[in-house]
Amino acid sequence: MKILVPLKRVPDPDTKIRVKPDGSGIETDGVKFAVNPFDSIALEEALRLREKTGAAEIVVVTIGGEECGEQLRTGLAMGADRAILVKSAAALDSLAVAKVLAAVCQKEQPSFVIMGKQAIDDDSNQAGQMLAALLGLGQATFVSKLELTDGHQRARCSRETDAGIEHVAISLPAVFTADLRLNEPRYVSLPGIMKARKKPLEELSPEALGVSAASRTRVLKVERPAGRKAGVRVKSVDELIARLRTEAKVL
Amino acid sequence: MSDPKDLPAHLTGGNFLFSETKPELVFTPEDLSSDEREMASTAEKFMDKEVFPHLEALEHREDGVAMKAFRSAAQLGLLGLEVPEEYGGLGLGKVAAIGVAEQLSRLAGFGITCGAHSGIGTGPITYFGTEAQKRKYLPRLAPGELMAAYCLSEAGSGSDALGMKTKAVLNAARTHYVLNGAKMWITNAAWADVFVVFAKVDGEHVTAFIVEKAFPGVSTGREELKLGIKTSSTRRVILEDAQVPVENVLGEVGKGAYIAFNILNLGRFTLGAGTTGAAKDMLRAAVKYAGERQQFGKPIASFGLIQHKLGEMAARLYAIESALYRTASQMDQVKATGEMVWSIKAGYPRAIEEFALECSAVKVAGSEILTFVADEALQIHGGYGFTEEFSPARGTRDARINRIFEGTNEINRLFIPTNLLRRAAKGKLALMAAAMAAFADAQKEPAAEKTGDDLASAQLLLGRAKKAVLLLFGGAHQKFGDKLIHEQEVLAVLSDLVIEIFLGESAVLRALKIRGHSANAATHADLALTWVNDSVARMENRARDALAAMGSGEELRMQLGLARKLLRWTPLNTVAMRRRLAARLGAVGSYPALIAAK
Repeated sequence: MKILVPLKRVPDPDTKIRVKPDGSGIETDGVKFAVNPFDSIALEEALRLREKTGAAEIVVVTIGGEECGEQLRTGLAMGADRAILVKSAAALDSLAVAKVLAAVCQKEQPSFVIMGKQAIDDDSNQAGQMLAALLGLGQATFVSKLELTDGHQRARCSRETDAGIEHVAISLPAVFTADLRLNEPRYVSLPGIMKARKKPLEELSPEALGVSAASRTRVLKVERPAGRKAGVRVKSVDELIARLRTEAKVL
Repeated sequence: MSDPKDLPAHLTGGNFLFSETKPELVFTPEDLSSDEREMASTAEKFMDKEVFPHLEALEHREDGVAMKAFRSAAQLGLLGLEVPEEYGGLGLGKVAAIGVAEQLSRLAGFGITCGAHSGIGTGPITYFGTEAQKRKYLPRLAPGELMAAYCLSEAGSGSDALGMKTKAVLNAARTHYVLNGAKMWITNAAWADVFVVFAKVDGEHVTAFIVEKAFPGVSTGREELKLGIKTSSTRRVILEDAQVPVENVLGEVGKGAYIAFNILNLGRFTLGAGTTGAAKDMLRAAVKYAGERQQFGKPIASFGLIQHKLGEMAARLYAIESALYRTASQMDQVKATGEMVWSIKAGYPRAIEEFALECSAVKVAGSEILTFVADEALQIHGGYGFTEEFSPARGTRDARINRIFEGTNEINRLFIPTNLLRRAAKGKLALMAAAMAAFADAQKEPAAEKTGDDLASAQLLLGRAKKAVLLLFGGAHQKFGDKLIHEQEVLAVLSDLVIEIFLGESAVLRALKIRGHSANAATHADLALTWVNDSVARMENRARDALAAMGSGEELRMQLGLARKLLRWTPLNTVAMRRRLAARLGAVGSYPALIAAK
């Protein structure tokens, strides 16, 4: 069994995000980067499946500059076996990412792909779905429980939807996207970091994979969300109802 | 006992006082590998998720909570960093250890639990144990299966550690030493399985022993009620006819003092790292609060006096951090030479002994900088700072012990100049020749100053300050001769000057090293120069005290003139520099982000 886990380099969730004065993006000055937390969850699930089933090769992949190697090393330190860095200088939109990942899948032929449901930087929530479509594979998104069945030919998943938990069965290969409650990722242990040094990290390029990594969308402007107005304290339930009626107009 | 080979000048302890160091030769935090950063990041996440959520329970010493956190830390490899790989550790060095120690010490009581175990507890076995002792204990200590403690102090012997009363007598069958006595203020006492105990064989020869809690005659006293570091356990360790097998003698009979003091040096270095980590956390809390707290209709971070505090806290952190990494890398490099020392074991003792002065300097400076930073963080919090709702109250309590343990700051201040004198006597450092040369130099008209390059000027100033301290050494030696070691006040002045120079130079070299390589180099320059600018005034003040104690009248006036000449410095606009630092701190949120590359 081979599991492919795409990882994205994003600003650390604890870092203070500042928008550049010209609105072209966010300041990266003094910002710490980390593996997208949903991708960590995906990798953790792959590691647990390997621990349960005994044998699986776990390959982490990312797309970006040299600096993204750090996040791949983190993935290797968590326990992945090898890493692939597809070098790209330009920032890619979801479709371009999905195309590159599809090409990696053609090359690697994994048993399945598991990745975060979205990246916490642009919150697009599209790459996984697009990847499944490009490969003509089934998909189970927002997975909060994953179980391999039928001699690893199929999987049973719980999906978190607005209407409730949906249980689906799916044939492999497939694309899974991980939701928050799938698991709690392990810490990167120090021995893990030492071992990661010796694991292979392969560098590829979109050209070598035979895909064009051109984005079709363009970020026009990034701005801070408008500040929230201060709340008001009401004196009684009656006043609350009255104001919900007259001011908020929700009743 | 073969003499170790000479080391290159830049790897000789105390050498910074006698020569100019090139920026390329100092290691700085900017040189950390991504692996080393990742290790610190693991420690940070661990503290955030596994330790701080249990703060209340830990500080009230609820049963099992600290042990659980200790074991989890060990499982992640955070406590076996320096244990060689063949004994179940990671075999890493001091550079990698700093980042982890900094994080663990954010909750000082927990940091000291871990430090007492992996540093002064496990260290003696790692560096001085026999093969059999290492095989027996290290593979269980590194993963935290066993906890270690270090037992040197006694009720009647703290600073005068060798005045210990605990006795060890070989039994008639010559199979066991029988230990009697009580060791005081022992960190980890309640939980530890393995104690490294110092006792006098036949009441005379200080010797180290590995004592298991399970040995007959070993018990602990009641828990001490402490001002701070409440997460940790501190008790007496009582030895009543304790039976210690002869194979548990550590090193050799009579070599205990060598082990005790080298391990203390190691502890002092780790303490320097721990206090730095704790201080960074205090600064983070202060920056956050100052940005949120509104008075007179705006955040208090917009006021000059708060900015002054924030800028100053950052500058002091920069100085100690620069000194720490510089020393850590030197120790690692000496260790890598594999040079032996004495008949007992390996590279590190030499590295530790070589840099004993630097270890003392980072201990004194780290503990005093933390005292300052915690206090200012509390002050920025105003009335809220005096409550337990915010971290500076605990931080202030926890900071206090650092000036006491691992050798009081007074003992360390006496140690620094006496170490220099001792090394000079052994011919390792040409102290007196340098003092004479400094005297001759100081008579000459100084070379013209470079202008417009403040870092270069700071480097020149520090070069002159080195001459000043050497002159002071020479003068003190002339005046007091061999009795100088009894002139504690003068020794403390010498020590303060050495520490100021060491930190200042480390900061300036770091700022010079990053210059031209980072868009954030200007922040580094602001940090280093803020430190140096105020350091000059402190140095001059201290030098005046010593000179006035050594001479009077015309002679004193001449000496003061010389000191002033050597320490001349046109003040920089530190108001503007601290404002810039505070503004950037507010924007990025923390000290690590402040210095991070753009």
